[in-house]
Amino acid sequence: MQEKDVKFLEDTFKKYYFDNFDLIHVPERTSEREFGFQKFNSGMIRHISLKDDKELHLLLMQNSPSDVYCSNAYYSFPNLPMKEKDWKEADLIFDIDSKDLHLSCRSDHTVTKCNDCNKISKSNDQCTYCQSTKLDNKSLPCKNCIEASKIEVSKLLKILTDDFGIEENSINVYFSGNEGFHIYVYNSPFQELGSRERSELVDYIMFKGAIPETFGMKKLKPNRSLLPNFEDPGWRGRFSKEVYGSKSNKSKIVTELMTNGYSNFQKNLEQLSNKIGAKIDPNVTMDIHRIFRLPGSINSKSGLTKLFCKDLQKFDPYQEACILNDNSIEIKANCPIEFKLKNKKFGPYDNEIITVPSYSAAYMICKNLATIP
Amino acid sequence: MITLGKDEIAKYPFLADAGQYLKDKGFTLQQFGTDPDLRLSVDKALNRVLVSADGKIYKSDLIDGEASKEYILEREVFSFLLAIVLLKLTGMTTLIKRFALAEARRAEKFLEKDLGNISDESKKELAIKIIDDLFSIQIKKQDDFFIIPIANYLTHSINFHEREWKLINRHVENGFVFLTSHETVRLIRKELGNYISSKILNAKTPSMISGFEEPVEKLISLSKKFVTHTVSTGEYPPCIKHAIEVLEKGENLPHSGRFMLATFLLAKNQPVEQIAPLFKNAPDYNERVTLYQLNHLAGSSGSGTQYACPSCEKLKTQNLCFAIPECDNIFNPLQFGKKRK
Ligand code: SF4
Ligand SMILES: [Zn+2]
Ligand SMILES: [Zn+2]
Repeated sequence: MQEKDVKFLEDTFKKYYFDNFDLIHVPERTSEREFGFQKFNSGMIRHISLKDDKELHLLLMQNSPSDVYCSNAYYSFPNLPMKEKDWKEADLIFDIDSKDLHLSCRSDHTVTKCNDCNKISKSNDQCTYCQSTKLDNKSLPCKNCIEASKIEVSKLLKILTDDFGIEENSINVYFSGNEGFHIYVYNSPFQELGSRERSELVDYIMFKGAIPETFGMKKLKPNRSLLPNFEDPGWRGRFSKEVYGSKSNKSKIVTELMTNGYSNFQKNLEQLSNKIGAKIDPNVTMDIHRIFRLPGSINSKSGLTKLFCKDLQKFDPYQEACILNDNSIEIKANCPIEFKLKNKKFGPYDNEIITVPSYSAAYMICKNLATIP
Repeated sequence: MITLGKDEIAKYPFLADAGQYLKDKGFTLQQFGTDPDLRLSVDKALNRVLVSADGKIYKSDLIDGEASKEYILEREVFSFLLAIVLLKLTGMTTLIKRFALAEARRAEKFLEKDLGNISDESKKELAIKIIDDLFSIQIKKQDDFFIIPIANYLTHSINFHEREWKLINRHVENGFVFLTSHETVRLIRKELGNYISSKILNAKTPSMISGFEEPVEKLISLSKKFVTHTVSTGEYPPCIKHAIEVLEKGENLPHSGRFMLATFLLAKNQPVEQIAPLFKNAPDYNERVTLYQLNHLAGSSGSGTQYACPSCEKLKTQNLCFAIPECDNIFNPLQFGKKRK
């Protein structure tokens, strides 16, 4: 990133942190957490421990970070190297990202930027101008992306509360600051589980590895009365809703399933995983040593804030999480995709010099689709 | 501690304090070697070990878990305690492992029966208490099922590779996994075996007792059958070879052993993708998790710290060291085979 762009983003982010100290806090049990941060154009600094909000604010003011992170794990010595930290437990975390949902709208709002000639094109594998293959994907997620992610979050929440028995008030949902949501579960009975056990939770949530027997289908002498009912708890109930559709349909579908036999049933289950499983990122949940973007901090991939969602259904990230200031600034924008922030439409821009509010300039600069001239 | 009735000690003899039990009954080990009546118990004990070495479960004289006569019951317990004495005198770990496994299977049957007992509440309570005390699993009864907290279930179930044990294939509701009495007991099979074998391994080895020589001889010659041949793994030190063998046999290598093996091979610049398949035979293999763990150790997953191979000294304390003369003067397995000035 160019010097001038870095300077602009650093100043804008710093002003945000200065004006919004009330939005960004250290999490509970602060002294057991590992913190980390990144500056523009440089690597990650990890293994930091902080005492309280004051120390965090000092860090933000002194370092002008592009991104700030905090561990979900609790350690005896969070500031020591990884192997000496002494891992104690970790909050359960889920990541739902619209780019993993394979939505059809995605191609409408994704372009590639060539690393060689810097030109922007729609092609996915080769620059249309210089034929280079070094391309970066740039996507400006749309409303549909966000709504689709919300559906996955709701699926997940249902499993967490109904199946896993987790209290609703120990679950927090955050907008990730870019394309999706982070779901945190605090103080659950799962705190002390390692990666292997968490991987089992992941498969359960994603509906992976199910066998026909679980749904009453047997290889030998199958019996239709063993197939799931609508009222069944957990996956059997959700299976019924998805596969039978309505009560009046059940008998007909059950007959079909019985005639198609065991191995077709197994195939059905595999296909169902895509429909009824909640699409979480398995690696995030399994990782018990990771540091995550700190709630209230800015995501440098977008200039939007990672924000707690009080009401998920009503939540509009392009309204609520867009908190940078609106001072006018002149930029050179090369952004072929139209987008909306704070209810204002921007773009498309074809290599033009324009004057826009800082939050919009930051959004495009973070996405590498604009620069300060 | 759990208080056991007479017939319960016969069912779960591994819960008894061996020395105390004999003392309470007024016997010494020496008497068993010489007294012709008591010698019967030694024969029974030998038989108990032989049956287990054969991979079978010892059939007790208990009828339905209840002994009709007190002396039968006592003989049951004696034969278990004496079997341990014989095993200790023989000193063969393979025999101990097999014995522990067979005894675990035997106890499993009684546990399952007691758990499912509807007419006698106290039997069920005892089984629940044993499982809680030994393995910290809190079981509750709900309708026809035994329900245990999900986290609790997972720490045990991940040791199984059959798909039916995956959480997704279980009845899960409101934080609990629903199991039958059979499944509940099956869940702790391995731990029960480990519990019994660690109890035996930690027991004091008595000096030879006259009258015990013959059965001990028999067991020693039998155990030779089980000694496995070592495959050559080139330049690797014995600790590493041993770990690879264990994995190749599909046996369980403790976490410390996996850590040693992985860090050793990573330090030898073997790529993660080549190391992962080594763990394939392990009873709890999961490709995604193995890759994650290896990448974590290699420092390529964010943390940036590569973990070092533990020192020989550390490995000795973890019972992973199998030093040979070539190991003299080295401090870390990585130095093995390198000429030192
Ligand atoms: S001395 Fe070191 S290298 Fe040799 S077997 Fe023991 S741990 Fe391995
Ligand atoms: Zn190009
Ligand atoms: Zn979209």
